[in-house]
Amino acid sequence: MTEPSNPLKGMKYDIALEQYNKKIADAATQDMVLNMGPQHPSTHGVLRLELITDGEIVKEVIPHIGYLHRCFEKHAESLTYQQTIPFTDRMDYLASMNNSHVWAMGVERMMGIDKDISKRVEYIRVLVCELNRIGSHLIAIGTYGIDIGAFTPFLWCFRDREHIMGMLEWASGSRMLYNYIWIGGLFYDLPVGFEERCRDFVEYFKPKMVELNRLLTDNQIFISRTANVGVLPMDVAINYGVSGPMLRGSGLKWDLRRIDGYSVYPELDFDIPVGKGEMGTVGDCWDRYKVRVDEIEQSLKIVEQCLDRLQNELKRTPDFDPRAKLPRKIIPKAQDYYVRGEGAKGELGFYFVADGKSEIPIRVKSRGPSFTNLSVLPAIAKGVMIADLIAIVGSIDFVLGEVDR
Amino acid sequence: MSFEEIKLLLVERFGDEVIVGEETSGLQPALIIDPEHIDKVCLELRDNPKTYFEFLSCLSGVDYGTESNRFGVVYHLASIPYQTQLTLKISKTNNRDANDLPAFPSITKVYLSADWHEREAFDMIGIFFEGHPDLRRILLPDDWEGYPLRKDYKTAEYYKGIKID
Repeated sequence: MTEPSNPLKGMKYDIALEQYNKKIADAATQDMVLNMGPQHPSTHGVLRLELITDGEIVKEVIPHIGYLHRCFEKHAESLTYQQTIPFTDRMDYLASMNNSHVWAMGVERMMGIDKDISKRVEYIRVLVCELNRIGSHLIAIGTYGIDIGAFTPFLWCFRDREHIMGMLEWASGSRMLYNYIWIGGLFYDLPVGFEERCRDFVEYFKPKMVELNRLLTDNQIFISRTANVGVLPMDVAINYGVSGPMLRGSGLKWDLRRIDGYSVYPELDFDIPVGKGEMGTVGDCWDRYKVRVDEIEQSLKIVEQCLDRLQNELKRTPDFDPRAKLPRKIIPKAQDYYVRGEGAKGELGFYFVADGKSEIPIRVKSRGPSFTNLSVLPAIAKGVMIADLIAIVGSIDFVLGEVDR
Repeated sequence: MSFEEIKLLLVERFGDEVIVGEETSGLQPALIIDPEHIDKVCLELRDNPKTYFEFLSCLSGVDYGTESNRFGVVYHLASIPYQTQLTLKISKTNNRDANDLPAFPSITKVYLSADWHEREAFDMIGIFFEGHPDLRRILLPDDWEGYPLRKDYKTAEYYKGIKID
């Protein structure tokens, strides 16, 4: 085989690549170029960070992504809206329910059936989404501990997350990639006894959070490693499009569950925790971590309220069919629509372009929160120590499945 | 500020030619902006105290099909103080020649979040952004040929002499 020729060589479309190559070549003579990843354990997946270092000091970070690219947008352009739901599960695979919820919500609004969804379906959706959010935050906290050097919280978090996985498996048949929320309804109703088991879990889990806080949140070693490290000021965060717990860690009360008030969130009572700089500066790694811990408590509160409603006025009835409103053919009229919702990591958005004739969208763009959250890394990791870079990367809490899609 | 007021504000500031059309039939109204002015429009919308669209939610490159040969970029802005959203669109025709990509001004100076999103649009659709500081491919390898999300893209059979199954 001959070497494939590059038709763009030397053109203006190649200038950036040449500049980058030159920068790395120059840096290699003066400083050291260090590759962190793609198999580094603290990158939580296949992320490659190219560091230009001067001794222990990181002068510049160049993230290289795309190792986990699975052509989500290309797939979405060749499959119907319903068929794409399993692919949305594989974006942020730690919070699959949230992904498919936002996707289903967007298609329902385009079809104009979003008002027809029954209350019970909406409450079940919110219930499973919040359970999944707890699971996702538990991973964030646990793996963050292990990045910093605390092994025990990791095991505790995985032990507790296992209960959530078990419950969601019971409901949907799958441990991580659920395909449970469908356009216009749900795959199945909750299994009989789910609400009771879920309530048992909440009761079991509440004291565990107290233990976890005593072990990790107030741990002096942990605070020394994270307070005043990787400070992300609010204006920088907004300009970089950072969202979710990371933006709230910088002190801005911005939660799309409240701002947009989609699904049944307006009927639920919960607070929005923000970073206050208790241990150091507002927007440091500890604040981002703490926002996730507090969000778990708020999510538990939402779960309890959902259970109250599901066990009382929205009780399971024999004639309840979660697939009753499922549209036979999903052909939205010609339009484009951007839907956004609060995923576990931040603002999750899908931009649809529909032509009004086919069941297949002509363009889908997914705005993964991890993608934009990660793009702020070069800005906040300038001039830090290599060990602090690990703390910063862990505090961003990205999932590479969503960065690369 | 309502959609109409934003339109008036932009016309007052930049003149009539900056807005070339609007789409109000869908759920989200969109302003179609003259491509040459998009960076100025974004800067004005971000800094004007009446709008404060300081959060770029999403930036999507779109290939509108082989019949019209039209390429566009869609901007979804969000205002944090006013909790409003706005869609801006720009587009132009292009002959799909690999040596002459459709080019639009980059808005990375206004929104730093546009950096990676524009790289992604360049990578996937082949839209060139004038003035972008580091317009390399982002998800695909640097030596990938073609732009996979274009409607005329033929799936690659070989990558560096290796057959793709």
